[in-house]
Amino acid sequence: MSAVATAGTVPSLWTLAAEPLEAPKIEYGQLSPVIIVLGVAVLGILLEAFLPRRVRYGAQLVVTALGLVSAFAAVLGLAVTGHATTKRAVVGMGALAVDGPTLFLQGTILLVGLVSVFVFAERRLEPKSQTAHVDSFAAQPAAVPGGEGEREANAAGWTTTEVYPLLLFAVGGMLLFPAANDLLTLFIALEVFSLPLYLLCALARRRRLLSQESAVKYFLLGAFSSAFLLFGAALIYGYAGTFAYSGIARVIGNADRQTTAVLAETAGSDALLLIGGALVVMGLLFKVGAVPFHMWTPDVYQGAPTPVTGFMAAATKVAAFGALLRLLYVALEGLRWDWRPVMWGVAIVTMIAGAVIAITQTDVKRLLAYSSIAHAGFLLAGVIATEGRGVSSVLFYLGAYSFVTLGAFAVITLVRDAGGEATHLSKWAGLGRRSPLLATAFSVFLLAFAGIPATSGFIGKFAVFAAAAEGGATPLVVVGVIASAIAAFFYIRVMVLMFFSEPKADGPTVAVPSVWTTSAIAIGVVVTLVLGVFPQYFLDLASQAGVFVR
Amino acid sequence: MSPVNYVYLAALLFTIGAAGVLIRRNAIVVFMCIELMLNAANLTLIAFSRIHGNLDGQIMAFFVMVVAAAEVVVGLAIIVMMYRSRHSASVDDASLMKL
Repeated sequence: MSAVATAGTVPSLWTLAAEPLEAPKIEYGQLSPVIIVLGVAVLGILLEAFLPRRVRYGAQLVVTALGLVSAFAAVLGLAVTGHATTKRAVVGMGALAVDGPTLFLQGTILLVGLVSVFVFAERRLEPKSQTAHVDSFAAQPAAVPGGEGEREANAAGWTTTEVYPLLLFAVGGMLLFPAANDLLTLFIALEVFSLPLYLLCALARRRRLLSQESAVKYFLLGAFSSAFLLFGAALIYGYAGTFAYSGIARVIGNADRQTTAVLAETAGSDALLLIGGALVVMGLLFKVGAVPFHMWTPDVYQGAPTPVTGFMAAATKVAAFGALLRLLYVALEGLRWDWRPVMWGVAIVTMIAGAVIAITQTDVKRLLAYSSIAHAGFLLAGVIATEGRGVSSVLFYLGAYSFVTLGAFAVITLVRDAGGEATHLSKWAGLGRRSPLLATAFSVFLLAFAGIPATSGFIGKFAVFAAAAEGGATPLVVVGVIASAIAAFFYIRVMVLMFFSEPKADGPTVAVPSVWTTSAIAIGVVVTLVLGVFPQYFLDLASQAGVFVR
Repeated sequence: MSPVNYVYLAALLFTIGAAGVLIRRNAIVVFMCIELMLNAANLTLIAFSRIHGNLDGQIMAFFVMVVAAAEVVVGLAIIVMMYRSRHSASVDDASLMKL
């Protein structure tokens, strides 16, 4: 970079001021899902500030659900009017892309958010305080666990209704994340959905020390990984002189390189691009929970309140895989031969490690955490496949997987003993005798995780592996099938435990939920079976949606 | 002086921050090291903005400052909450879930 070093060649920034300033053009219609969700989140904060405590729960619930439904209607409207296919566009001054993958994933995230609200709203499980029903969130999160403040707040029957606006802010960031079309928006969207999640993790009513610990771990590691993502973005900016994905792709493809002397200089150094690309991908793999960036997953999944775990496990994965796909296929397409071998390695290690470590787990939430790591590996196999088949198989898998996860965590909220949720596996022995319906629902989810035919998990896995094999990654598929077989062992083991062992005398009770959790579990089961038995419509939808705008 | 030297300085600061996160045990100090990493990224952005002669990097630096401020709000709330219930801000003590 010696040419850059001499003062004369450094371009002056002041000349830019001479250009007339143009007002930004914002396509409000195409951005309406995000605007609705974030607007309703702000409204939720205002409700929290001005409404009396006893009406907050009802008001927040109505406003949040209506907001998510209307945002989903907006996504549907955009998809029906062809914004997913013929009218794909880059909007918001190049910051966001509205195309097939964006709309498919935004629709999935909004539905996941809505079903999560159902699980959040459950107030039948915790014992009633003197004055009011309470949910699974802390009465007063700022109060010291076991202290006087907590006792008073519990006695007064307070609940943290702020969880609904926090959920909406997280959903808003997740809607932006797969749509992000430059590195600046990618970073901002990452933070917008991560910060509310850190807080939500800390809000459990029972086992508050565990919950706080999980929040600290998630926060420190999450901030650490986003710092890596940011530094990677800065290095890529140094390489290409722009944050826009299309601009980066052009510089990598050697189209723009000769336009300025400076760009010829910086773009000549592949070190900037390779290190920067690796750091950005690392930040995304952290959010996805891929090995070797998976260490936070089991602790955070175990410690966070179970409704939050379900939401986080489902929606974060959808959003982060969307962002990863767009980054790899739009911005770093020209680097394909550099990132493919790395992704191969990460996918293989993730599948094997997730499946093998899950066998040793004795806590059902940790078990599902390691299972989610293994699923991240299966999804990475689809990411490696070619654009088109690969992208649409990942889209379908994400849609199928997120509802299975939501349903499974909703079931976990119902199996309880005196200390709250009974998550130790030994306590689940004989659950099938005591509560056959619930155990059957959980078995459906476990079979879908394992990828047994007639469930959505089978179709998803089949689509991903078929795409990977077509893309020339046959060894990866072999490893994937072996990892699936290992994983099937511990899913079946849980089913055997539930149905073929004697219930213990001091075992947990299955709480009778209100219509909220019941409908969340029912939606999970229905989606799992419908996507498993009649997948064709949804596979077509995903394959139409599999092309990125550039 | 060549603006490239600022990139080298930023890389050094980033490495110090990353090493600090891995080595230090107090959650507040770990958090300060993360802030150092973010500011190293800011310095990189501004140096490259100067090199390329466009303002994108400087605009991004403003966004990063806002994000860092928001992160402080959330992070300190979580760390203070942990300190109040355990009387320790050591990340080694937060090990209830270790197998």
